Amino acid sequence: MLRVFWCILTRDLTLALRRRTDVLTTLFFFVIVVSLFPLGVGTEHQVLRILGPGVVWVAALLASMLALERLFAADYEDGTLEQMLLTAQPLALLVLAKIAAHWLLTGLPLVLIAPLVGMQYHLSETAIGVMMLSLLLGTPILSLIGAIGAALTLGLRGGGILLSLLILPLYIPVLVYGAGAVEVSVIDLSDTMPYLTLLGAFLMVALTFAPVASAAALRISIE
Amino acid sequence: MLEVTKLECRRGDRRLFSNLDFALGTGTLLHVRGRNGSGKTTLLRTLCGLFTPDAGDIRWQGESIRRLGEDYRRDLLYFGHLNGIKGDLTGIENLAVAATLDGDDVDRPAIWAALGRIGLAGFEDLPTRMLSQGQKKRVALARLILTRSKLWVLDEPFTALDVDAVILLQSLISAHVEAGGLAVLTTHQEVPLTSGQVERLDLGN
Repeated sequence: MLRVFWCILTRDLTLALRRRTDVLTTLFFFVIVVSLFPLGVGTEHQVLRILGPGVVWVAALLASMLALERLFAADYEDGTLEQMLLTAQPLALLVLAKIAAHWLLTGLPLVLIAPLVGMQYHLSETAIGVMMLSLLLGTPILSLIGAIGAALTLGLRGGGILLSLLILPLYIPVLVYGAGAVEVSVIDLSDTMPYLTLLGAFLMVALTFAPVASAAALRISIE
Repeated sequence: MLEVTKLECRRGDRRLFSNLDFALGTGTLLHVRGRNGSGKTTLLRTLCGLFTPDAGDIRWQGESIRRLGEDYRRDLLYFGHLNGIKGDLTGIENLAVAATLDGDDVDRPAIWAALGRIGLAGFEDLPTRMLSQGQKKRVALARLILTRSKLWVLDEPFTALDVDAVILLQSLISAHVEAGGLAVLTTHQEVPLTSGQVERLDLGN
């Protein structure tokens, strides 16, 4: 089981490293969207500090949305997805490996670059720390939930728009608790615990159900 | 081994075939024939479980393939219109991934040997997108050398292949059938498949 998981994970990472532009576009999109706000609303410290957490989180949602379409599409076009459906391995496991690779390539870079964008909003060190932690818990949820939508809209014309309409509403709880954690950290660090615990709980639920749901959706889409 | 009873498939409103019955024992090759659009690919995809039939039943060793699930897929190798190889990976990497997914314990030397046998010596560690159409197909067909699956479902395996490759593929299929395997294939080319029992199924009449 672990061997198969590792095989798909390294396969997807190798593929991405041979096509680096795909990974970098997501990251640059995130950085640019976040950087536009200070230019638009002015450099008032107080305003930026209030806007910061929300803007960073919304940009993270959009960036992860942007990358989702490619999660299964490339494998669908060259027939490798079809072959995955026909192997003796549990499809949910293969899907989980693909999601893990997707998160490592598109979610983790957002977490790592968060301190840089946080500085643009004059966030304190603790707030940036909490933001990284909330992104670390939250971005895997985005990849997991997004995979269900990507699997459902696979092969449809105009699937990208449909995907956003399907998935963005499901991202709302993550946005609320993710940005909320950073906001309350400004007042009292201990208040962030419930937010982060809830994000952790969401992650557990998504980790359990999303691979199975995506696998079922893929079987429907491939027909 | 493989039994099909009262199979019916539709695409939209059009009925492709209905009341299709056949049974294949060990060491049989089924050649599915028919005009374009007569439902050959749909039949093959249905046999693999990729397409749900509107009626009827497919059984493998007496059990419905729906119920067998992974156990059936372990015995199955499908080769479709898409090669199912990644253009950015080399032939070796592609086959290594395929072998791991199929659960076959294949080591690197075996993969090198398989690629050499299929006529790709010297191209093993090039990204497959650099290869020609026929060479890509050869990479995909190298799986036939490595696999231990009992049932081969091959959709137009001979297109884009040169004379040598066609002969090699024929001998692979013959050897598989002689060893007690099953093969279901479609082809428009007149390919003599002499070995073992050859059954024919005509669709669209």
